[in-house]
Amino acid sequence: MATAEGGGLDPIHQFEVKPLIDINVGGVDLSFTNVSLFMLVATALTLALMLLPTNKRALVPGRWQNVAELAYEFSGNMLRSSAGAGGMRFFPLVFSLFMFILVANMLGMFPYFYTITSQLIVTFSLAMIVMLTVVIAGLRMHGLSFFKVFVPSGVPGYIIPLVSAIEVISFLSRPISLSVRLFANMLAGHIMLKVFAAFVVSMSAFGAIGVLGAILPLGMTLAITALEFLVAALQAYVFAVLTCIYLNDAVHPHH
Amino acid sequence: MSTQLAQAETTTPAHAEGVSVPLPHTDAQVNTPLHGGEESLFPPFDIDAFPSHIFWLAIAFGILFYFVNRLVVPKVGGILEDRRDRIASDLGEANRLSRETDEVIAAYEAELATARQKAYGIAQERRDEIKAEQARQQAETEATLNARIADAEAEIVARRDAALADVNQIATEATRAIVDRLTGIQVTEADVAEAVRQSEATRA
Repeated sequence: MATAEGGGLDPIHQFEVKPLIDINVGGVDLSFTNVSLFMLVATALTLALMLLPTNKRALVPGRWQNVAELAYEFSGNMLRSSAGAGGMRFFPLVFSLFMFILVANMLGMFPYFYTITSQLIVTFSLAMIVMLTVVIAGLRMHGLSFFKVFVPSGVPGYIIPLVSAIEVISFLSRPISLSVRLFANMLAGHIMLKVFAAFVVSMSAFGAIGVLGAILPLGMTLAITALEFLVAALQAYVFAVLTCIYLNDAVHPHH
Repeated sequence: MSTQLAQAETTTPAHAEGVSVPLPHTDAQVNTPLHGGEESLFPPFDIDAFPSHIFWLAIAFGILFYFVNRLVVPKVGGILEDRRDRIASDLGEANRLSRETDEVIAAYEAELATARQKAYGIAQERRDEIKAEQARQQAETEATLNARIADAEAEIVARRDAALADVNQIATEATRAIVDRLTGIQVTEADVAEAVRQSEATRA
């Protein structure tokens, strides 16, 4: 299957990690891979999108400046509506996460481009950034009373242990659900896309009838591509919104 | 802050047991997985590649976060702030101007009302003046007319009296002439006049 010509039809092939520059530090492999490359591309694209069109600082924005401003205000409103004005200190983080994931997801829609959010460790690391920020900022802002986040108010004393246990479990499962949601959506979507596209190729190999029969999977590929664009934007939004909601716990730990 | 977090993360996969195996992430590696058994290792679960992903994610996201914090937020936020300020000040200016306009309109209307009142007053005054003048002239005219009527009447009376006197004279003379012709008696003028007066008295 993973032979030279079979590689194109293998739906997993697109997730293959290829080292471009081998780097080994103290026995730990830190090679610069195609994944790393697209991380840097996503960063560069995001910064270019935000910084280049805003150079004129036009009072009446042009097309690209409008895009940058829309992205900025969109994340700002998202954070303000979830975490209030006190949550705005986390704006750079939320904005970076939202734009990084959005740009990375959209980059993944290009053929031959690597979808970095289909790497579980990448989404998990991003989720851990959020959770560590919540815990550290929560403890710094509220001290030990931050742990009231696990004790909902208005709950009768005798079921507090039970409720708190549930709260702790749900808190600990947040980074997992946050990262797996994004990772699984991107991975599954791209596999599906590749499977249907591969049908087109393999059916076309059966001559004229095969080519006719390939029209159906071709249409599916088209539809799924459109769907994947939606998913790419939606999952970035979901990740950012959940980040905002979790950050709200750090700002307002009292339910 | 992100670098702190990144460090925290780079240490977390320490439990990804001794990743000292140098990673040949080539196509060949997919064919000969490290963990043996299955035909190929599913890339997202390839633990050996995790340190590289985490390391480069920390760098990429760290750069992004740094520049978002340092450049994007002040720049784009500043643009939006400027625009908000500009709109607010423009709105304030518009409000001020509209208030000013209202004031001017009110002043204009007050001025117009007093002017109208004044004009009405002047017109009224003028009207009264004219009316008085007219009354005066009318009275004057009436007075002169009355005087002339009186004069005329007096003259008519005088003329009539004169005419009547003449009539009497003529009658007297005619009577004398008639009496003279018919009778040949020379009647004195005084007698005739007396007779005429008497006949006139009876006619009246």
